[in-house]
Order: sequence, then structure tokens, then C-alpha cells
Amino acid sequence: MSTIKVSTTINGDPVEFLCAPDEPLLDVLRDRLNLTGAKEGCGTGDCGACSVTVNGRLVCSCLVLGVEAEGVEISTIEGMAEGETLHPLQRKFLEHAALQCGVCTPGILVASKALLAKNPNPTETEVRYWLAGNLCRCTGYDKIIDAVMDAAAEMRGA
Amino acid sequence: MAFDEYSKRDFTVIGTRPIRQDGIDKVTGRAQYGADFSLPGMLHGKVLRSPHAHARIVSIDTSAAKALPGVKAVVTSADFPGTGSEVQDVQDHCLARGKAMYDGHAVAAVAATSGAVARKALKLIKVVYEVLPHVTDIETAIKPGAPAVQDGLRHKKAPDRFSDNTTGWCEFGHGDMDAGFAKADIIVERTFKTSSTHQGYIEPHACLASVGTDGRADLWCCTQGHFQVRNLCSKMLDMDQSALKVIATEIGGGFGGKTTVFIEPVALLLSQKAGRPVKLVMTRDEVFKASGPTVASMTDVKIGMTKDGRITAGYALVRYEGGAWPSDTHYPGAQCAFASYDLEAVKAQGLNVLTNRPLQAAYRAPGSPQSTYAVEAVVDELCVKLGLDPLDTRLKNAAKKGTKSSYGPTFDEIGLIQLLEAAKAHPHYSAPLGPNQGRGVSNGFWFNFGGETAVSLAIDFDGSVTLVEGNPDIGGSRAAMSMMAAEELGIPYEKVRTIVADTASLGHNEVTHGSRVTFAVGLATIKAARAAKREMCARAAKLWGIPAEAVAWENGAARATGHNAGNHDPITIEEFGATCTKTGGPIVGHHETMAEGAGVSFGVHICDLHVDPETGYTTVLRYTVLQDAGKAIHPAYVEGQMQGGAVQGIGWALNEEYIYGTDGRLQNAGFLDYRIPVASDLPKIDTVILEIPNPGHPYGVRGVGETGIVPPLAAISNAVSHAIGVRMSELPMSPPRILKAIKSKG
Repeated sequence: MSTIKVSTTINGDPVEFLCAPDEPLLDVLRDRLNLTGAKEGCGTGDCGACSVTVNGRLVCSCLVLGVEAEGVEISTIEGMAEGETLHPLQRKFLEHAALQCGVCTPGILVASKALLAKNPNPTETEVRYWLAGNLCRCTGYDKIIDAVMDAAAEMRGA
Repeated sequence: MAFDEYSKRDFTVIGTRPIRQDGIDKVTGRAQYGADFSLPGMLHGKVLRSPHAHARIVSIDTSAAKALPGVKAVVTSADFPGTGSEVQDVQDHCLARGKAMYDGHAVAAVAATSGAVARKALKLIKVVYEVLPHVTDIETAIKPGAPAVQDGLRHKKAPDRFSDNTTGWCEFGHGDMDAGFAKADIIVERTFKTSSTHQGYIEPHACLASVGTDGRADLWCCTQGHFQVRNLCSKMLDMDQSALKVIATEIGGGFGGKTTVFIEPVALLLSQKAGRPVKLVMTRDEVFKASGPTVASMTDVKIGMTKDGRITAGYALVRYEGGAWPSDTHYPGAQCAFASYDLEAVKAQGLNVLTNRPLQAAYRAPGSPQSTYAVEAVVDELCVKLGLDPLDTRLKNAAKKGTKSSYGPTFDEIGLIQLLEAAKAHPHYSAPLGPNQGRGVSNGFWFNFGGETAVSLAIDFDGSVTLVEGNPDIGGSRAAMSMMAAEELGIPYEKVRTIVADTASLGHNEVTHGSRVTFAVGLATIKAARAAKREMCARAAKLWGIPAEAVAWENGAARATGHNAGNHDPITIEEFGATCTKTGGPIVGHHETMAEGAGVSFGVHICDLHVDPETGYTTVLRYTVLQDAGKAIHPAYVEGQMQGGAVQGIGWALNEEYIYGTDGRLQNAGFLDYRIPVASDLPKIDTVILEIPNPGHPYGVRGVGETGIVPPLAAISNAVSHAIGVRMSELPMSPPRILKAIKSKG
């Protein structure tokens, strides 16, 4: 199967790559571009560990084809911090001990950032339902919810 | 006084909540997990799996696959150098030998220049199977006349009423059972069933193997114990242990499921054959079908009680199915069943049954949740029948210091009574309940464990400290180790960096399991720090020309004591680091041990829930976990263990189950159909940490990882039973099962 050339933007940087027409965006990110922050937990869109945003919309990158990246803007966990400055969500996840093994953390952070962009003042229930597509097996979600609520408050300047 | 005994003291670092040092990498995507490693020239491996639950492998023809351009190696079990080793069962689980034992059993594997080519090659491998009768459920497997999963493994003590699939038998207890039941005013006897569940770690098994032409190999993998991986793989590949270096990557959850090997020996075989590095990563479907879920169970419990709530006798028969090879999980199952109780007459028997399922692996407190569920449900039923408070009744019968436990040893300092009293006083226990709501409580117990442990601690040239340990950090343990080293050395937490070293860098370390790491590696860390302190104090004594006993370590510096006090300026750890080349060379403390004295652990859970009488759907409304941590090193991560364990238990109680069809195939091998709890399923999980020091650890630490999954099964079952007015006796309590129970009331 011949590869297709794709021009896209990832974390603000112009990127070009070749990929097979049936190749998931997740594989492109991980195997071709060495952006291994997005994880494959299932490959079927059930766990959210591969969450990225495409033009601001939260998606499972295992369910998007690499060729669909043409001309769009993709954000991954690798682009969340600005240089040495962590995003408030990243900082709050550390402060609240909201990760144990950490493998779901990149996806949950990307998903949480997408939530707060749409809804800067979510209720606990809204956070829980928004994150229902991101599986975490270690924490029972408790400290994750605390961290997101705390980050939201800080970002609102509350 | 022995250094590993507890002594009461004030702490500076222990008990605080610093940020874990591996945290930055984990929130920025930099942390490298099993599937994140690559090497130049790397090939991609894929595994061909049996579609049959039980079948003789008549032939395997790999010629067409080998001929496909891009294919560099094809292996089957015949490529292992030998058979008959002590790890043969694990080897056979990794690659089928003669027979496929379950749906998804690995039969052959391919390494190729791309995943796509490897997948194509799998389709070219021709396997001829002779399908055999299979059995996947415990109830059928244990009946005489059931299809034989393996011949000749029947346990000699297995009772005649059970089939030849019965491969294990054990018995624990003490006292006169007949006399005990004769004293009872009421006896309840019931059978309980639980389904097989999966640990559900989010990271699939993944590894990268690189075998050189000289026979030496490197292996990167996500594992709970890279020394154990080396042990198993070197035996299977007939290598010197030292020839195989295993590097533990960051690990994306394990919960016991990553304490053995599944794909690692296969990747090594492929790499050996191809002469190139091979990466092998399981799909989620493969994880469900062919890793090591926990046992399904069928447990009989009989308990007698007096009218005022004293248990007179307790009996349990624990039947566990451990997959297609013998498993020993029935031992802890039988041992833990009545561990929370101080009983005059108790007997617990356990057995293992073979089925055509994958060989079960450990899952958080392996064996304890299933048997505890059955006992705690019967205790609850007795309380209902006698009109007794369930916590008062547990207090009346609770194990305490001096109790001869149901599995033999006599308990030292334990915290069960304090936990039950704290539960009773907790506002949750007296909060009002609404219609269709129920409250349940349960005890839980886990032994905890020590095991072989080696650490090394270096004082660097600037006085900062590098601690080298050998246990993969599965939930913040590097932070706990840094905290204990900092506490012992009297320096800030930030000055210590803990790394998990590969198998070539330290003595053998037991797997990260049994809730052992904070206890055992912590103990070794403290002793290694003490060794470094002793060395620094000795050097100070030499410099000052005074006896070593006249030097003490305090607040990060060696100080002269007694009549020498004030005669010498203290020497700080920074000064020792900076001048070490002039005082005798590098300063390193190390400690190697078979850690003993892991204090046992108890927990008590309270659960409130609502059952929708129309649909049978259960909503957990409020959940409180009380647990004895001995001493919580980093309380936030202790809470995290308690919360995580509780939520895995909630999933087990309400949703999760392996569903096999009559064809013996797994029907729900994915996260969509095997549904683990998501954030919107749950309330906040409240935690109460009690600290009843473990006499066997210098700071009083008890392991906290496992106990949290033990009580939820019964706490939730008891709460559902109260909410609907029908005693539930089978897990998971999925909506159809609850609806059926409600309808059975008429």
C-alpha cells in the first residue's frame, strides 16, 4: 500500500509525514513522529489514553486516520506545558497526587483541558461525565476530579 | 535494639505530601512505558492465537509465512531449547506445546519489518487442530465426568465428589467444629459465586528484546518484577541469568497481573532467531484473552452464632478455578476467609479446579476478596436475622493482639478493633438512608509481605543522594523511598533521587507485589541510610581523633557527642560528599535482606447505594474506606491505594465478569463489553487512615496496596441485599441479576 504525504500542525509546529491510508493517527504520532505521550490502551476508542485534540475537538487518536490530519491543528500532551512552565492542570495533578501509574494521565490531561476550554466552571458531576471516556484503573478518579476542579478554580482566578 | 524494630519518634519528612519526583515526566508525556522504546533495526512481533478453547495441535506449517518478504523469524514452542523445567507451565502458557488450552492461547509468533507484514504473515501460518471437549465454568469443571483439562494432576487429597480437574487442596483452622455449631442459636449456610475478573491495567503488556550473536540479551518491559522476568526467561531460554539484562520501563498499572511473563520469552526467541531487536505489544483483546485474570469462585460458608452475636463456629469451602494449569490461589483464599475473627472453632478448606481459561495471575490480595465476600455476607445475614448491628457484631468477634488466627499464626499488634470503632463513630454510619437505598459494611484482611530486597544509597560529591532500588514504581513508591532516605539522613526530600535500576545493577529484588515495597524496600532504604551514616560518623571520628561511638548523626551532619561535644565543628553531608576522595573514597550505604515482619493489614468499608427497582441498576451514593497503614509515609498515595482498591472492588461487585460462550470463547474481550468503573459511575471515595504501628518496621509501616480491594464485594452485596430485601449471593450484581432477585420476591 503506497503512503500518502500529509501536511499538518502539531502543537503549533508545521509537520509533514508519510503514512499509509489505513494508519491511525495514534500510530503516526507514536511510531513516525516519536510523540509517545499519547498511549494505546485499547485501540478501539474505549479508554481515552490516546486522547488528543483536532482543531480543538477532543478525539481518540486511535479512531482518527493519519491522513485526516491534513491541514488541521493537533494538540497533544507534549504541547501542554509552555517550556518549563506547567499548565495549571499538570501542576494540580501533581499537587493532588492525581496519578499513580500515570499511563492514563496524558489522555486525562488533554481531555480535561478540552473541558475547561468549553466550560471553565464545571460542576463535579460535569467533570465526571466529561471524563467518563477516560479510563483510570489506579486512582478511583477521586483525586483526578479534585485536581481538575482545583485547576478550573485557579484558571478562573477564583 | 534491632534496627528493624519500631520505635516511636517524631518525623520531619514522613507524613508530608511532597510532589513525586517522577511526576513531571508523567504529566508531560515524557515518561517511557513498555511500548515507548525503540531500537535501530527493530522488528515488529505479532502472535498467532488459538481460536479454540481446547484442541490438539496436529501440525503447524510456517513455510508460507517464512517466505513472505519482510518476515525475519517465525517461532513456535519447539523453538524453546528444552522442556521439563520448573517453569514449564509458564512456558506453555507463553507458547502452546501440543495442545491449545484456551481461546487466545499463543500458538506461533512472527517478527517482520513492519506490523502490517507481521499480521499478513500470521494469516499464512497453517495450523491443523483436532478440537477437544472443553470446559470453562467452575461448576461443570468440578463435577465428576467433566472434560479433563489436563490428565494426571488430580490432588491426592481431593474429595471423591470432585472431578479429576481438582488439582489443589488445603485446609486451615482449629477447634472443635461440632461443639461450636452445637453452641449456636442460629446457623446460616450459603453458597456464593464470583466471576473471573481482570486487573484491567490500562497499559497492555509490551516489551522490546535485543539478543546479540554472543547470546547476551537486553530486554525492556513493563513488569512488576524485572528480576522475576529475568529468572523466568533465562530458564526458558537456557541462558545464564547474568547474560540477560532486564530493564523495567515505567509501568502502566499491574495489580498483580504483571508479576509473570506472557510475551517476553517469545520476543527473546524471535530476536534470537532474527538477529535483530524485536518489539512485541499486546492488543487489548490479547490482554483480556491471554494474560492472567483472577480466579472465578464458588464458596460454601456455614457460620453459627449465639443470639447476642458471638460466632461459635465458622466453616468455608473455597473452590477456585485458576485456568488450564494448577494455581495456588485457593491457599490465601482459605487462609483469609475468617482472618478478621477471633474464633474458637474455625475450618477453611480450599481447592483449585482446572478449566480451559488462561492461567490466572495475581490480582490485588489474590484469593482474599472472593472468600471474604462469602463470609462477610453470611455474617451480615446473621446480623439481620438476629436484629444485631453489623459493626457491633464484628467488634464482638474481632481478631486482636494475641488472637490465634484462622490460618495459624497468632496476631501481634493489629488495628481491626480501632478500625471498627472508627467506622462506628464515622458520620457516614449514622447518616439517614432514603427509599430503595441500602448500607453495607465489611471487613477485609491481607497478610502483606516482605521478601528479598537489595538497595544501594550513594552520597554524591555535592551531598545529594542517589538511592538505587530494584522494584518498579507502580504508584509513587520512589517518592516514598526518597522520603524515608531523607528522614533518616536528616536532609530535605528534594536532595534524594530514587531510581529503579536494571537487573545488572543490584542484587535480586522480589517482585513489586504483596504490598511489600514501602515496607521491605523502605526497611532496606532506612538500613542503607544508616550504613551510610555509620560510615560518615566513622570518618568524622577518625578526622577528629575520637572514638566512633562519640559521634552521632543529627540533622544531616556528624556531630561530636558527650564530653567531645562542642570541640569539633559538625561535618555536614555536603562536606562529606565534597571531601570523600580525601577521607576514604565514595560513601555508599547498602542493604540486602530477606525482609520479615510485614505487619498484617485490615480494612473496614461502608457503602451506601441506591437500586432502581424498575431496572435493577445500582448507583453507589457514598463510600468510606478505613484502613490501618501502620505509618502512612506519603498519605496522599496511601489514600490513593485505598480509593483505587475500593473502586476495583466496586467494579467487581457490580459490573465486571469474563463471559465465555458455549463454544468456549471469550465474548467480551474489550473495555466496551468488559466495563470497568468510569468517573461518572462513582461518588467521592472517603478515606480514613489509622496508624497502628507495625512492630516489624523502624517507622511502623504496613503495606497498604491490597487490603482495599477485599471488603467492597461484601459491603456492596450487603448493601444491595438490604436495599432490595433479597440476599444476593452471586457477583457481579449486574442489573439483570438484581432485577431477577427483585422479581423472585414476588
